[in-house]
Amino acid sequence: MKSLVNSKSKLISKLYMWLIFFFLYAPLVVLIVFSFNESKSRNIWTGFSLKWYAKLFADKEILRALFNTIIVAVVASFLATVIGTVACFGILKMRRWAKRSVMNVNNLPIVNPEIVTGVSLMLLFVFVYKNLGIFRPGIVTLIFAHTTFCLPYVVLSVLPKLRQISPYLYEAAQDLGCTPARAFFKVILPDIFPGIVTGFIMAFTLSLDDFVISYFTSGATQTLPIAIYSMTRKIVSPEINALSTILFAVVLLLLIAINLRQIKDEGKNRN
Amino acid sequence: MKASLRLVIKMKVKALSLTYIVWMAIFTLVPMLLVLVFAFTDKTWSFTVENIINVGYYSNIFLRSIGLGALSTAICLLLGYPLAYIIAKVPAKRQGIVVMLIMLPMWMNFLLRTYAWMTILENNGLLNKVLSFLGVSQPVSFINTSGAVVLGMVYNFLPYMILPIYSAISKIDKKIIEAAQDLGAGRRKVFFKVLLPLSLPGVISGVTMVFVPAVSTFIISKMLGGGAHILVGDLIEMQFLGSTYNPHLGSAISFVLMILIFISIGIMNQFDDSDELSVPAAYR
Repeated sequence: MKSLVNSKSKLISKLYMWLIFFFLYAPLVVLIVFSFNESKSRNIWTGFSLKWYAKLFADKEILRALFNTIIVAVVASFLATVIGTVACFGILKMRRWAKRSVMNVNNLPIVNPEIVTGVSLMLLFVFVYKNLGIFRPGIVTLIFAHTTFCLPYVVLSVLPKLRQISPYLYEAAQDLGCTPARAFFKVILPDIFPGIVTGFIMAFTLSLDDFVISYFTSGATQTLPIAIYSMTRKIVSPEINALSTILFAVVLLLLIAINLRQIKDEGKNRN
Repeated sequence: MKASLRLVIKMKVKALSLTYIVWMAIFTLVPMLLVLVFAFTDKTWSFTVENIINVGYYSNIFLRSIGLGALSTAICLLLGYPLAYIIAKVPAKRQGIVVMLIMLPMWMNFLLRTYAWMTILENNGLLNKVLSFLGVSQPVSFINTSGAVVLGMVYNFLPYMILPIYSAISKIDKKIIEAAQDLGAGRRKVFFKVLLPLSLPGVISGVTMVFVPAVSTFIISKMLGGGAHILVGDLIEMQFLGSTYNPHLGSAISFVLMILIFISIGIMNQFDDSDELSVPAAYR
C-alpha cells in the first residue's frame, strides 16, 4: 500500500517537473525551429532553409553590434577581474567597519534595480560629457558601466577563496627561501585561481547579456542586446531567430565548459 | 628598521584596494548622488521638492507595478517551491543536470525569451493557431494584456526563485526531517514546522530576486503589454530616453523606486538572520 502511494507521488513529481520544463523550453524551441523556416512568417512552417543565417552574416549592423559586444565584454571583464582580485587582498586586511562599508557599496549594484543603476550612470556620463567634453557616451562609457556592474561579482567570488587561505602558508614559503613574489605566484595564486576564473566567467557572461544598463549608457553605439531590442521594435525578420539560435548554441558550449571545469575542480579537491 | 618596513608592506596591501575603491566611488556613489541631486533640483539647479511631489501623480503606476510584481512573485513561489523540493529529492547524480536544465533558458538573452512569447501570444500566433485547430473560431487576445505581462515576468524570473530555494532545501539535514517523522509529526506538520522554516532563507532570496527585477522592468511591459499599461520602469525610461525628456522627474521616480525596494528588502530580511549576500546560485 505504502509503495503504491509512493510511486503515485513520484509519478506526480515527475509529471510536474516535465510540465515546468515544457513551460521553460517551449518558447525557445519555437524560436529555434522558426530560424530554419523558409518564409518570413514567424508561425507558419513552409520548409527548411538556412537563408536567415546567410542574411544574418551579411547584416553589417548586427556584425558591428556583435563586435562591440565582444570588445566591451572582453575589456570590462578583464578590468573587473584585475581590479576586483587585487582589491580583495586589501579588503581582507581592512578593519571591521571599513570592510563592512566597502562590502555595502560593493553590493549596491547587485541589489539596486538595473534601471536605476543604468540611469544613474547615464546622468554621470552625460554630466561629464556636457561639462568637460570628455567620454562621449559610446564604447568607452559602456566599458566603464560594464566594469562597474561586474566588479561586485568578481569580489564576491574571489574574497571567500582568499579568506580560506592560511596566512602562514605565505610566510612558510618565504621561510623556505621563496622571494615574496615567488611565494605569491606559487602559493597564493593557485589557491584563489578557481575564484578568479569564476569571477571572470561571470563578469564576461553578465556583460555579454546586459541590456538595461547598456541601453542607458551606450549613446549611439549598439551592442547586440540593443540591436535585438531595436529589431523587436521594427518589423521583425527571422534573422533574430537565427541570431538567438547561434547565441544559444554558444552559451550551451560555454556552460558545458564551465561544468567540466567544476567537475575537474571537485575531483582535485577530493584527492 | 624592520618595523618600518613591515609598516610599508602593510600600507601597500591596503593601497591594493585603492583602484577599486576609487572606481566604486566614481561609478557607484557619485551616480547615486547625482540621482539625488537631480531629484531635488529643477532645471535651474535650485532646490525643490516638486519632483518628489509630482511622483505622487504616478502613484497608480507604482501600484500597478507593485501589484503585478507581487502577483508574479507569488506565482513563481507557488510554482517554484514544489519544483525545488522535487529537484532536491532527485538522486544526487542527476541533480546537477536538472539544475543546469533550469538554468539553461536564463542564458538565452532576456529580450529574445520575451520575444519568443510575443510570437506565441500574438493574435495570429501559435497559441491562437492551436485554439482554432481545436475549434475556437475567434482569436483570443492574449497579448497586450496584464496577464501577458505577468506571464512574461513569471517565465523570465522563475529560475531565480527555484535555484535559491533548491539550494536551501538541499542543505537541510535529512535526519532532522526523519527525527520529526519519528516523533510523530504528520506530513503537514513536517512541512510547516521543519521544512519551511529551514528553507526560509532560500525563499527570501528567491522572492527578492524575482520581485526586484519584476517591479522595475520596462521591456516585458513594452513587448507583451503593448505599452497600454505602463509600469514604473517604462515611466523612468520615458524621462531619460523617451518623448517626455525630464531627468529631474526621472531621478525622483528612480529615487522613490529605490527607496521602496530597499524597504521591501529590509522587511524581507527581517525574516532571515543570515545577512550574507553571496554569489548567485547560477554561477556556483
